[in-house]
Amino acid sequence: MKERILAYLEKDARMPHSDIATMLGITEEEVDRIVAECEAEGIIKAYRTVVDWTRTGKNRVAALIELKTIPQRDRGFTAVAERICNFPEVASVTLMSGGFDLAITVEGDSMRDVAMFVAEKLATIEGVTATATHFELQKYKEHGVIYGAETTDKRGNE
Amino acid sequence: MDFDGKSRVSSAITGIKPSGIRKFFDILNEMKDVVALTVGQPDFVTPWHIRDAGIRSLEEGLTYYTSNNGLIEFREEIAAYQKRRFGLEYDAKTEIIVTVGGSEAIDIAIRALTDPGDEVIIPEPCFVCYDPIARLAGGVPVKIALKPEDGFRLTPESLKAALTPRTKLLVLPFPNNPTGSVMRKADLEAIAEVLRGTDVCILSDEIYAELTYGEKHVSVASIPGMRERTIVVNGFSKAYAMTGWRLGYTLAPEYFTKQMAKVHQYAIMCAPTTSQYAAVEALRAGDGDIEYMKGEYEGRRRLIVSELKRIGIDVFMPEGAFYVFADLRKFGMDDETFCRRLLDEKHCAIVPGSAFGENGRGFARLSYAYSPVHIRKAVNRIEEFIQTL
Repeated sequence: MKERILAYLEKDARMPHSDIATMLGITEEEVDRIVAECEAEGIIKAYRTVVDWTRTGKNRVAALIELKTIPQRDRGFTAVAERICNFPEVASVTLMSGGFDLAITVEGDSMRDVAMFVAEKLATIEGVTATATHFELQKYKEHGVIYGAETTDKRGNE
Repeated sequence: MDFDGKSRVSSAITGIKPSGIRKFFDILNEMKDVVALTVGQPDFVTPWHIRDAGIRSLEEGLTYYTSNNGLIEFREEIAAYQKRRFGLEYDAKTEIIVTVGGSEAIDIAIRALTDPGDEVIIPEPCFVCYDPIARLAGGVPVKIALKPEDGFRLTPESLKAALTPRTKLLVLPFPNNPTGSVMRKADLEAIAEVLRGTDVCILSDEIYAELTYGEKHVSVASIPGMRERTIVVNGFSKAYAMTGWRLGYTLAPEYFTKQMAKVHQYAIMCAPTTSQYAAVEALRAGDGDIEYMKGEYEGRRRLIVSELKRIGIDVFMPEGAFYVFADLRKFGMDDETFCRRLLDEKHCAIVPGSAFGENGRGFARLSYAYSPVHIRKAVNRIEEFIQTL
């Protein structure tokens, strides 16, 4: 039941608990309780809005940065990762398998901002040995939402 | 003398009325900003792996006719699927025809069985095509009213009362569009009891077989003594969200299949090849898609029923398909007026029950193949409308 509630909320965080309750055939109180538990246990991290900023006319630049680091004794990559998480410019930090260690997404107002951030803030962190910056050119899909997708109902009445 | 085209067309055709549902949709399609619960098809796009298989077949240049009755590997997959999901056993070579949608399957089944004057029993309300197809074959449609107090199920008593020496065929349209009713095993056994000892055939339209929300669908062909007289119709539109691919099939004993195959080969040749390759993938790897979509419909079904009850509309709890049948009889106007006014005044569209036969009068069909947000929006408009009455 928990997983089904989470599946509904992951798709639409604004879906009323009363609707979820009806659709799953349980009481609203039960949904409230399970959601509260998930929030308390950190299963639900946040409720956010998927925004396509390019449509607002606002310039925003995002980049994926590959980071190579020297893992520390006992703490591995955690110390560096936690340090990087503190920067508000950083949207995500993920430890990767393969050719580099940490994948970081950074957002800024211009390419220069992002490049300077990488050069001055990330590259200088102790333990970071190399960075490679890839700027995002066009977002096609995010959080399961296809950006250019047609939203009108094209079904014919049969 | 001027050529008068109008007088030259077949009276068998001019005697048939265009579908009532059509008339309503024509008005609807002219309007903007309508919140509709009218569509009789899934709101899911065909799952990508199935679309991809269709595309791959085109890339590989598989653009030829298939054999008349369909790709043999496809028919073998259909046989395996029917056995896996519903316990039916049919021979891929001699007992299955792949058709252009369930609609063609219904057409060739009725045509293969009906002689002029034969009576075709049609429980109503139901999908709109059985009556005109029976008429075109020279048959005489005989209606049985499905009643709300029976859960819109066909009862053995009403069937018995409709049987005559001229009865050729009984249409069993379950899970039912538009009411969402299903025939359980016990219901089918009671019907079988009436038919045993008669030579009445059955057309079992099971296009919604995958969409039942209580017990699993049971086919009448699985009831002892029924398989030999039954043509089962099924297809890919509803279960796999493949309406536009136009793909269905018949399952029937060889003596029926052989005759249906003639109608099919002369009128159609074969079902679209691309669709057949896509559907092979659907059958091989699509059981999970069915479960996912069914789970979504199930939630919406509960939502729409509870929302309609909240605003004071009586509904029968649907057990299959993706429709609810709402009872409008207490609003002091017929269903067509209700739906027309709802459309004009609140720009919300639902389908009048009488579009599904006289016995649907006083009701309306609401489809829940829509997102929960959309369903809520539509119900709110219906609520506003009712408050003005």
